[in-house]
Amino acid sequence: MMRCVLPVLCAALCVGAQADEVRVAVAANFAAPLKTLALEFERDSGHTLLLSAGATGKLYAQIKSGAPFDVFLSADEQTPARLEKEGDAVAGSRFTYAVGRLVLWSAQPNYVDAQGAVLKSGNFKHLALAAPQLAPYGAAAVQTLTQLDLLAALTPRFVRGESIGQTYSFIASGNAELGFVALSQVFENGRISQGSGWIVPAKLHDALRQDAVLLTRARDKPAARAMLAFLKTEKARALVRAFGYETP
Amino acid sequence: MTSAALPFAYGDAVALTLKLAGLTTLALLLLGTPLAWWLARTRSWLKVPVGALVALPLVLPPTVIGFYLLVALGPSGPLGRLTQALGLGLLPFTFGGLLLGSMLYSLPFVLQPLQNAFEAIGEQPLEAAATLRASPLDTFFSVVLPLARSGYLSAAVMGFAHTVGEFGVVLMIGGNIPGSTRVLSVQIYDHVEALEYAQAHGLAAGMLAFSFAALLTLYALNPSGRRRRGPRP
Repeated sequence: MMRCVLPVLCAALCVGAQADEVRVAVAANFAAPLKTLALEFERDSGHTLLLSAGATGKLYAQIKSGAPFDVFLSADEQTPARLEKEGDAVAGSRFTYAVGRLVLWSAQPNYVDAQGAVLKSGNFKHLALAAPQLAPYGAAAVQTLTQLDLLAALTPRFVRGESIGQTYSFIASGNAELGFVALSQVFENGRISQGSGWIVPAKLHDALRQDAVLLTRARDKPAARAMLAFLKTEKARALVRAFGYETP
Repeated sequence: MTSAALPFAYGDAVALTLKLAGLTTLALLLLGTPLAWWLARTRSWLKVPVGALVALPLVLPPTVIGFYLLVALGPSGPLGRLTQALGLGLLPFTFGGLLLGSMLYSLPFVLQPLQNAFEAIGEQPLEAAATLRASPLDTFFSVVLPLARSGYLSAAVMGFAHTVGEFGVVLMIGGNIPGSTRVLSVQIYDHVEALEYAQAHGLAAGMLAFSFAALLTLYALNPSGRRRRGPRP
């Protein structure tokens, strides 16, 4: 319509509207998959994604303080729900984009057996996990140990990373013999790519549902909605699974 | 702020932090004295590279120090192999590991005030002591130490306060173990991350008051010290 009135100005505006930038705040554990997904999305849509990775709690605080994000991919479902309730996210835009799997992992080959019996053998000094009050994967690790009736026995050997990334570095450097991390951190081409691991049965802990939400400031931004819609396509879901997550 | 007035978990972190800072300061004063003396007196070409090396913690991000310590102290790192061969086991996640990391992190804050103090003494008092046939050891205790008193005070306060304020190194090699590696700064970080702002405020305000008091003491007791060159807080 504008094109008839102001052809020149409109050309500039339309290019602006068509190829937009979407600022995405993403939980650190999903940053690597999202980089791959972003390439696909950018190729399909012409939009550009600007990714900021961080701990979910930190991103929440930033969003509440007015950080310029359009879309939030959380490591849990509570934080996006809270933003929705508090009016910082668009009601009804929330959905689960990935379900994380917990793995008991060691950098040493053949250290962790396929049933996780190594936990009961107790033949290790340090068991690494993410701080349970800060990271959903840490909370899931504690639930798992509770289910296995090993929590009290193993708590003295805990070393806690402030994030799942730091927990990984404790184990990868060999300083902790084993620990609980996200399967996506050690998963490549459909299997655990290095060391040894036990994929913790999902029934031992609450589902690690990771929700995405459209933030209020991007309510009228088609590119942000397009990005969320892209995450729901089968193409995107297949990529998410290839990174060691499940999709709902 | 006293630990008795705080819940037990706070007292733990406060006591641990004070213990770490106290031992780090003591160890650095003992090790730093000969090193600072050498740096102040030597004419060797090694003075410049060694001086630069020991000042590195001033400019390196604590994450670099923490990351390299984690790797070097690990089972396949050179220091980790050494500590295992010595029967000490692996140092990350232990108080000993934190002590080593803190000494590295606070080294220039202790070393530079000592070196400045030794340099300021000059040759004359030492020559006078020598003509009176004082032994080098006697000279050190009777002449150098009293003259370098304000340097030692600066070194102790700076070393202690800087270690209390340590965060990145502890975060990376500590493992957040209550009573053993969970120091105040890490506990504050945990509270902030968990959105427990009230608890975070309690500890953070105490830290602020402590740091100000430490620097106030330093400047009040040692008004000339701050005019010398050396690391600033």
